[in-house]
Order: sequence, then structure tokens, then C-alpha cells
Amino acid sequence: MSFQFTEEQIKRYSRHIILPEVGGKGQEKLLKSKVLVVGAGGLGSPALYYLAAAGVGTIGVVDFDVVDFSNLQRQILHNTSRVGMPKVESAKKTLEELNPDVKVVAYNEKIHKGNVLDIIKDYDIVLDGSDNFPTRFLVNDACYFLNKPLVSAAILRFEGQLTTFDYRDKENSPCYRCLFPEPPPPGLVPSCQEAGLLGVVGGIMGTLQANEALKLILDIGEPLVGKLLIFDALGTEFNVVKLRKDKKCPLCGENPKIKELIEYDQESCEIRF
Amino acid sequence: MAKVTVRIPTALRRVTQGQGEVQIEAETIAELIENLEKEFPGIKERLVDETGEIRKFVNFFVNDEDIRFLQGKETKLEEGAVVAIIPAIAGGAK
Repeated sequence: MSFQFTEEQIKRYSRHIILPEVGGKGQEKLLKSKVLVVGAGGLGSPALYYLAAAGVGTIGVVDFDVVDFSNLQRQILHNTSRVGMPKVESAKKTLEELNPDVKVVAYNEKIHKGNVLDIIKDYDIVLDGSDNFPTRFLVNDACYFLNKPLVSAAILRFEGQLTTFDYRDKENSPCYRCLFPEPPPPGLVPSCQEAGLLGVVGGIMGTLQANEALKLILDIGEPLVGKLLIFDALGTEFNVVKLRKDKKCPLCGENPKIKELIEYDQESCEIRF
Repeated sequence: MAKVTVRIPTALRRVTQGQGEVQIEAETIAELIENLEKEFPGIKERLVDETGEIRKFVNFFVNDEDIRFLQGKETKLEEGAVVAIIPAIAGGAK
């Protein structure tokens, strides 16, 4: 039996449905898909906004922070009246108001070794918009073990990085550790607050993360697998370099050393330069 | 000597007086690092560790290929090559 759209849904998704690459079938896929976004901040805000608008049926959001005035320069899911509210609660409110078709599952907790597999296991795709290396390595390893595609983006100052790791096809997809084998040692890292960020860089990179997720769900175009996209806001330049699967990779190489989740304890968002 | 274009990540532009792209002459990546240091003192220690190895969280790409899959620091540079320096960053939520 084919999917029955309501009249409101046909109007809401008409710009999608009219695209031959999406159509009613594609929209149905979106409504039935489940995407998890780690971090409801600078990257998560635009990513979540567009996923909800697109009608991704189930969206999980993980964040343990509360909305702060210093977030509002870029974290567009939140607003002034929500300062002090848990970010996931604020996100849920914004997204469900935008699109009642979307079920938002809020995880108001820190992601750690003990809960990461449980949180991720029911989702089709994971987007990483977290703000520190330990979470990035943990989410990467968990996605790898659970064969979940991971769309990873990171932002700092005037720069953004984006790539997709498709762990449904481990033979061909490199992993995060092929690029960066392990987190930098503690002490080499200033805080993100010190480093600063032009807010719109999160908007651009988070929106590109949503684009990757939508392509994966719809199975259209070319996902950014085996490629790292670098965005330079000052030059308005996008450059792409090749990512290769590293035979010596500690996670996905020929003789992997990492066979279970590892929790690193250092909170940091960049190495000290 | 081959003249190459080096793309500088924003985190290192404090050392390059804000320049996002610089022209450097060098035959290999190792020489490129030395010649970058002559032009922009202080950049080398940010790229290599105490033993002279490229830091694990900094990747060099020559014409979009990671030098770890070429000849590492000994990777030869041709006239007009583009070298991108890409450090790990993790910002996103806060």
C-alpha cells in the first residue's frame, strides 16, 4: 500500500515532491527516516532546522548544556527567552513548532561510553556537531561498530571542515581515525571560547551536514565519502582534499588495535598553534 | 627549486600576518617547512614536534593527496603544486 499524505503534507512538501529525484517516494523515505544529531549548538542548529523542515520523521538531539546568551550569536534554534533552558528542550520546541510531522527525541545528557551505543543504535544516520575531541572520537568509534553513516563537521574561527564516513561500506570508506588517529594530548589545547568563531560558519557547515544526510536518505547524488571539504570564510573558498583509508589505522586498518569504545577525558576543540 | 602555493589554515594565520595563501620555494615538504620558518618564524614548531616529525594532528596535502600516502616529508614538490596544511579542529556546539 502506498503512503498516504495529508493535504497539508502535500502542500508542505510540494517543493520536494515536484523534484523527480525526490518525489512522493523520496518524501516518504524522509518521513520514515531517523537521524541523530550530536550537539544542539552552532552546527546542530542549522542541521536540525533543515532536517525538520525537510520532514525527517524522527530526529534525536543530544546535548547536556543549557542555552546561554553567548550561544545566540550563532545557535539559531534558541532565542533570548530560552536562556537557561536545556538546549535539547529548546531545540524540540523550535523544531516541533516548525513541523508537527517530526518527532524530536531529546537526550538531555552527556554522551559517554556507557550510553553512546544505546543512543545511536536506532538511528539511520548520525551527524556530529559536537565541540570536543573526546566526543568526536567516541561518536566515530560507536558509529563504526554499529555500521552507521556519520556526517562529521567541525568549525573554528573562520574555517569549517566536512566529510561523510559511510560505515555501511567499511571496505571502502575511510574513518575519522584514518585522518586523525587519536585526540591531541591534554595541555595542547585552548578552549573554543578563546579561539572564537564567526557564527555564520556554523550555519554554512551545519547546512551542508543536513545536505549530506538528505542525500544519504534519498540515495541521490554523491556523498562526501573519501573527501574532506574545507571552507574558508575569509576567502569564500571551498577546497576538497582526498581522504584515504589508512591500512595502519588503529580502528579500521588491517591490524586494528581498537576493538571497544575508548573514553578520552580531555575537553578541547582544537590543538594549540 | 619549485615554487608552490601553500594554503594556511586560519589557526596559523597569526604567524603569516593574516595571509591565507603564501608562495614558497622548495623541493620537498621537509624543505618547505624549513623555508616557511625562514619567512614566518615560529611556524615550524607548530607543524612539527620535538623530534622533527610532523605533528599527528596536522595533515599536509599536496595537490589534494595526503602526504602520508605519498612519501611523507620527503614528498617531492613540482612547480605550481598546491600544498594544503589542515589541522584537526573540533568546534561545533559551544
